Amino acid sequence: MITAENITKKIGSKTILKGIDLHIAKGEFITVFGPNGAGKSTLLKILAILMKPSGGTLTINGFNTNNEVVKVRGQIGVISHQTLLYDSLTAYENLEFYGRMYGVDNLRERIFDVLQEVGLEYAFNDPVRTFSRGMQQRLAIARATIHQPEILFLDEPYTGLDQQAIEILNSVLHKFNIKDRTVFMITHNFEQGLDLSDKVLIISKGRIVYERKAAGLMPHEMKDVYINTVGGKV
Amino acid sequence: MNYFNQIATLVRKDLASELRTKEMLSSMLIFAMLTTVVFSFAFDPDTETVKKVFPGIIWVAFIFAGIMGLNRSFGGERNNDCILGLMLCTQDRGVIYLGKTISNLVFMYIMEGITLPILFVLFDYRLKGSLLLLITVVLLGTWGFIAVGTFMSAMAVNTRNSEILLPIVLFPLIVPVLIAAVQATGIIVNGGNWADTVNWFRVIGAFDVIFTIVPWLLFEYLLEV
Repeated sequence: MITAENITKKIGSKTILKGIDLHIAKGEFITVFGPNGAGKSTLLKILAILMKPSGGTLTINGFNTNNEVVKVRGQIGVISHQTLLYDSLTAYENLEFYGRMYGVDNLRERIFDVLQEVGLEYAFNDPVRTFSRGMQQRLAIARATIHQPEILFLDEPYTGLDQQAIEILNSVLHKFNIKDRTVFMITHNFEQGLDLSDKVLIISKGRIVYERKAAGLMPHEMKDVYINTVGGKV
Repeated sequence: MNYFNQIATLVRKDLASELRTKEMLSSMLIFAMLTTVVFSFAFDPDTETVKKVFPGIIWVAFIFAGIMGLNRSFGGERNNDCILGLMLCTQDRGVIYLGKTISNLVFMYIMEGITLPILFVLFDYRLKGSLLLLITVVLLGTWGFIAVGTFMSAMAVNTRNSEILLPIVLFPLIVPVLIAAVQATGIIVNGGNWADTVNWFRVIGAFDVIFTIVPWLLFEYLLEV
């Protein structure tokens, strides 16, 4: 599904990614841990085709993103700590905008489906600027999944979420993943990260320094591995 | 999704958003009105000088007010990182450029439609040429300005002093279209006809076409940076 070979990224004189090799199978749930500045978000942006790598090749669903990028866009959804939502528009208008841009069929029905999934159907006509942080992040989940993407990228999605929003996010991710869709998540939260994952990675100083199946791995073991691999406190 | 449907959706979103906030239009209109009033106080409407500088005054008011709007054009997309959302949902990034250019043009035309009659009234100026020609030069001149301005606005938005940077990088680039628009406007308001202005229209037309196609092609790379 996603194959990255020797991906490098230089910004100015600084090398952010130093040769990342990664293979993510269809339906796999990958969680990435790593310290701040390790290159996690840069890798996510490259995999989500929001940024071009300086070197290496990236193939998504068999399409090389260097010259067939148009065929891949639209199969990707992104949830980050920013909501990518327009404050002045209502929840419905935001979803309608993104839905139309993605060419979603039966849009009105789909909008109310995703709003129900994130528990915001009652607030569909309210401007986003009146939403709490948790509500905005729930709407961001709806926004990212309105077009039913094949791959979902999440960059620290638990930041600033209340317990209800965390449960909704986990439920959406679970439903999403069991439909054989791929998830790539960056988080600092070991419990949440391990709970849903098939595979975990640790990135440090622009390199993948640890990779293993998540099955049987407990959060405290992961913390030990993390401290031994990256150094310092969690 | 169809390329043109995506552009239409983006324009509709911008118009709906502006209808709620009125951020761009109000700032453009206030600035245009202030410029107009200041010029009307500074120059005596009866003098010959005013007849000579009137076309320039029209375009100075339009361009400065337009800069105010352009500064906000991509500023709104910076909130909540909405520009990333646009990059994700558009198959071709040229859609963003064309959509934003059309939205900015609509806002400019609204502002110009209100400001232009007020300028004529305050300066007690009677249009001697064709109104249709005057409208055409305003429409085409504004198109050239906005085509370059939208591109530069996207470039400047992520810089620390974007509101200062935008006019600095934009003004040198719009010199050809500005000169042509001022000259053509001058000829038209003083009674000139199509034959007198055709060469200026050619300059404006060439500028519009070149500076719409080139930014459209380069926009993908601009967003990468």
